[in-house]
Amino acid sequence: MTVDDRFTGGFRKQGPPAGTRNEIVTGPVSDWATDFSHLEPEWAADPYPIQDDLRARCPIAHTGRFGGGWLPTRYEDVAAIAYDTERFSSRSIIMSNYRPPAETAPVGATPPISSDPPFHHDARKLLLPAFTKKAVARREEATRAFCHSLVDALEGADVVDAARDYAQHIPIRVIADMLGFPPEDGPRFSRFVESALEGVNLPPEERMARMDELFDYLYDQIRDHVDNPRDDLTTYLVEAELYGHKLQPNHVAGTIALLLIAGIDTTWSAIGASLWHLAKTPADRERLVAEPDLLPTAMEELLRAYAPVTMARLVKEDMSWRGADMRADDWVLLSFPAANRDPEQFERAGEVVIDREVNRHVAFGLGIHRCVGSHLARMELRVALEVWLERIPVFGLADPAAVTWAAGQVRGPRTLPLRLGGA
Amino acid sequence: MKVQIDPGRCQGHGRCYDLAPGLFEEDDEGYGRVPGDGAVPPGQEQAARLAAANCPERAVVLTEEA
Ligand code: SF4
Repeated sequence: MTVDDRFTGGFRKQGPPAGTRNEIVTGPVSDWATDFSHLEPEWAADPYPIQDDLRARCPIAHTGRFGGGWLPTRYEDVAAIAYDTERFSSRSIIMSNYRPPAETAPVGATPPISSDPPFHHDARKLLLPAFTKKAVARREEATRAFCHSLVDALEGADVVDAARDYAQHIPIRVIADMLGFPPEDGPRFSRFVESALEGVNLPPEERMARMDELFDYLYDQIRDHVDNPRDDLTTYLVEAELYGHKLQPNHVAGTIALLLIAGIDTTWSAIGASLWHLAKTPADRERLVAEPDLLPTAMEELLRAYAPVTMARLVKEDMSWRGADMRADDWVLLSFPAANRDPEQFERAGEVVIDREVNRHVAFGLGIHRCVGSHLARMELRVALEVWLERIPVFGLADPAAVTWAAGQVRGPRTLPLRLGGA
Repeated sequence: MKVQIDPGRCQGHGRCYDLAPGLFEEDDEGYGRVPGDGAVPPGQEQAARLAAANCPERAVVLTEEA
């Protein structure tokens, strides 16, 4: 048997990334229909009135920022684009000031989310068995025990930051366990996540340096798994084969980067937004405490109303699409949150109806890129809320003005001061 | 009443086997599957309708028989 030396050289050997960059434009938005930016504070604080306004008058907004892009706000348009992998590419799914070269398709930097057909199907198939409902159920007990230990640590405090001290830690611990990474590295993961998703408008050199830091870390972990194989996802990917060969090193590292980044702040955001809603809506909180069996239904409604994730696509070729004059390499911001609040699709779309029974929401996307971690996210969210409501049934916002939200394509509370216990 | 899953549309969201575990199950990759012939036993019609109404991909096909 030969030595597995795929990972010895590190990733920089592949040379500097080609692709195109555009001028970075930041600052207040003049008109959301023609100059939108999901990275400005107004959007982070409350994007829903902006989306509702655009849906009523536009409904596909444009921006010259990020080198040009579009923002559909109707469910129907979001769904059509999610299904149309012929005309919209996933070769970059984070709308930024950098477009990877066309040759990156169909694999992309972080397969399978960055992949297009036909490669996408095969790369995704490798991951699916690890993320079925049955497979993730095996992690429920450990997740529940970990949530309890987090609440134990809050004991005695009147005011806690539920985003920083509770929600954040849960997905970090779960994904570190699944990948076989040291649990004490958790704090580094938050930084990686922030760099990838919120650092979009940083200067390119800084963005690249931060990505290098992430991939340096991942290659260290991968090499350690090559030397000491174990029963986890990293070893699984190191050993996995596609078309009769082991995976390319950048496929292994890219997929692990994806699992790490996408597994963390999405679920962190969903847990935080749910607690935020319950903190400011005593009637819903009291009802869930009294009727724990309603939680699975309520959770879907919270996922609909506060869907954390927005994806992006790149237009493949110049075309007129439902009245929008799209050009090759324009971005499309695929706002699942906006689709989830389209009154054409949902009754009382702007309200949280925690016993909503018919709820065809798209928080986890639609079509071939359906979130591969959706069963894991649902398990974590359910357990996190069950434990919290059981241990801390009475809580409220300590200071509504102090709540802060992440900007960019994954939105959720990053500071969430809650007052625990009696009024 | 009968249920079926359109495999060309199903993407494994799992809403069907969450909401109607008696009618649907998960395959090894998380896609929905109907064990048996899909005939809905008496008393499970509501669960079948709920599953169909919540599938984001509209992959659950209900056939109502007289
Ligand atoms: S809910 Fe729909 S997409 Fe999901 S597994 Fe069932 S049939 Fe498939």
